[in-house]
Amino acid sequence: MLQKTPEQINEDLLRPLGTTSITYRLVLILLFIVVAAGGYAFGSQIYNGIGLAGIQRPVFWAFYITNFVFWIGLSHAGTLISAILRLCNATWRRPVTRCAEVITVFALSIGASFPVIHLGRPWLAFWLFPYPSERGIWPNIRSPLLWDFFAINTYLIGSVTFLLLPMIPDFALVRDRAVSNIRKKIYSVLALGWSGTPKQWHRLETAMHIMAIAVIPVAVSVHSIVSWDFAMAPVPMWHSTIFAPYFVAGAIFSGIAALIIAMAMLRKFLHLEEYLLPIHFENLGKLLLVMSLLWVYFVASERLTTWYGNEPADMAVFWMTQRGGFSPLFWTMVFCNFIVPFPLLAIKKLRTITGCVIASIGVVIGMWLERFLIIVPSLSHKYLAFSWTASAYRPTWTEITITVATFAAMALLYMLFAKFIPIISVWELKAGQHPAATEELARLADGQSRLADRLRTQREAGAD
Amino acid sequence: MARQWGMVIDLDRCTGCEACVVACHAENNISTVGEKEAARGRAKHWIRVERYYEGDFPNVTAKFMPVLCQQCGEAPCEPVCPTFASYHTSEGLNGQVYNRCIGTRYCANACPYNVRFFNWFNPVWDEPLNLQLNPDVSVRGVGVMEKCTFCVQRIKAAEIQAEAEKRPLKDGEFAPACVQTCAPKAMVFGDLNDPQSEVSRLARSNRATKLLEETGTLPHVTYLKRDSWNGTQNAAENS
Repeated sequence: MLQKTPEQINEDLLRPLGTTSITYRLVLILLFIVVAAGGYAFGSQIYNGIGLAGIQRPVFWAFYITNFVFWIGLSHAGTLISAILRLCNATWRRPVTRCAEVITVFALSIGASFPVIHLGRPWLAFWLFPYPSERGIWPNIRSPLLWDFFAINTYLIGSVTFLLLPMIPDFALVRDRAVSNIRKKIYSVLALGWSGTPKQWHRLETAMHIMAIAVIPVAVSVHSIVSWDFAMAPVPMWHSTIFAPYFVAGAIFSGIAALIIAMAMLRKFLHLEEYLLPIHFENLGKLLLVMSLLWVYFVASERLTTWYGNEPADMAVFWMTQRGGFSPLFWTMVFCNFIVPFPLLAIKKLRTITGCVIASIGVVIGMWLERFLIIVPSLSHKYLAFSWTASAYRPTWTEITITVATFAAMALLYMLFAKFIPIISVWELKAGQHPAATEELARLADGQSRLADRLRTQREAGAD
Repeated sequence: MARQWGMVIDLDRCTGCEACVVACHAENNISTVGEKEAARGRAKHWIRVERYYEGDFPNVTAKFMPVLCQQCGEAPCEPVCPTFASYHTSEGLNGQVYNRCIGTRYCANACPYNVRFFNWFNPVWDEPLNLQLNPDVSVRGVGVMEKCTFCVQRIKAAEIQAEAEKRPLKDGEFAPACVQTCAPKAMVFGDLNDPQSEVSRLARSNRATKLLEETGTLPHVTYLKRDSWNGTQNAAENS
């Protein structure tokens, strides 16, 4: 990695906070208009009724739940990957972790809004909260939707904490360098009185270590529970034991892809070419390759066991996706999730930044289609042939607008975040850049082991 | 022992006339959704007559099967509802509390029979249907799931009447609208826990079969299959 002085790092990483270009403002306004259009669509859906969406009996879930699973899946990019990389002490992670964790927080918030958007009576969504109400009933703990509610909220709180903790020293840095008074005040509050004493550093490291361990099982549980929204219902091709691990793998798969795309954009627009290096894309590309293979493995296991099981109800759905009306989508999914990424990521020469980004775009599209193909074909071909819908399901403008608006919302939130908070953790990068600091840590560790040795010798001597 | 309401439908008697569908609409304040919405698959028929064809043209037989909520003993719609809108009553009915429903539509996905219907918009009735609403049945607003209740308003009315007269409820004293209106008497309603009732007698018939029994839902509706239900005979040979 390129060696830079702390001053240079400060200069480079805090630059986006100081200046705003005209292009930035224009893009921001454009994104805001798209988000506002989504808000209008949701508003008119509340006013007129959920019937504005294209859903119909028996396809009661479609675009909104696809988006829900998709965004919750993307949220597995950040916290989970960053926690694993931290625990493995992968030093190349330093510039990557924060932009990953931010994806989690925003994608999760967007994903969690979809179960509300899709409700028939969204104004009553608060009935999912367990509170002693005048209605005299608690939410039904047997319902996977309630498990969702708890899992997503736990994950959201966990990942926000995980994101905020390592931001404290950077807030302090911005505070100390702030020119304007307002800025100084705001960042002083955010920095929580950070002064960089050894005691504070020690506490921060401990807290981050605890969070990194705690957040991994939470992340795994979230997508398992999302999968159980489907697997717990006796619907052909939903009622499957493979769903929980299949969904978790798919979530991490799409998450890494989203992270690669976000990093490539940050690198280009914030001129971070010297921080987000080809090696980072290369390493994440390898991870994406592993997940792509894992995804194919899961799809093959699911399809093959269904085919050999030959249950009539399952087979109706099976053939709809393999050969029937949904087959073009199915084969596009396989193309996007495997046939495109596999050679791009497996051949070293092709695993460049461009190669990784093309593969990632494929994966994001493919994984969206995967969720759609899990939901709609099963619902439209459920048991009694009389209710099979020939026309299946067609999305309406309301659904499409809201879907597009959430992508714009993600970009908007990300751009605003990068404007107010250094998107690369400044202090962590410095810690990685300074061999002196590393040596210091090594010396400390060494000192500890020598101390332990001495204690042991003393104990043995005492025993004698 | 608590009553367990059940129904028997004799497929040999069903003529597919759909009078039950009309009676149900009238009794239960089911709004008509209009031509356009119905074409999209949003019509609400708590009971429907499924029509299947057997044989090749010109030797085709139409087979009719009325399908309504099966009031399952192990109903997949019940555990998935986060707000207890869908719940099991002590008399074996799958209750649907409209006021509790927030419209997740999870119950409708879980239902193997596709007999749950959603209010995509607020209900409207074409003139003069708006003047004939049943005062015993609540009208459902937008975003709420609804389905066959076995005409719970008639069950409750009969139970209250019998209690007031301090007498046990008689078998066949009342019936849901579909049963009452069925001209060929293909449908029978009653208490399955009373071994003397007509419905439990018919449910023990060797023609008795349950719809999608393999899904483990323990339906309270029993179908009596056609005597000629072997798929080889055509209508002419049957008669």
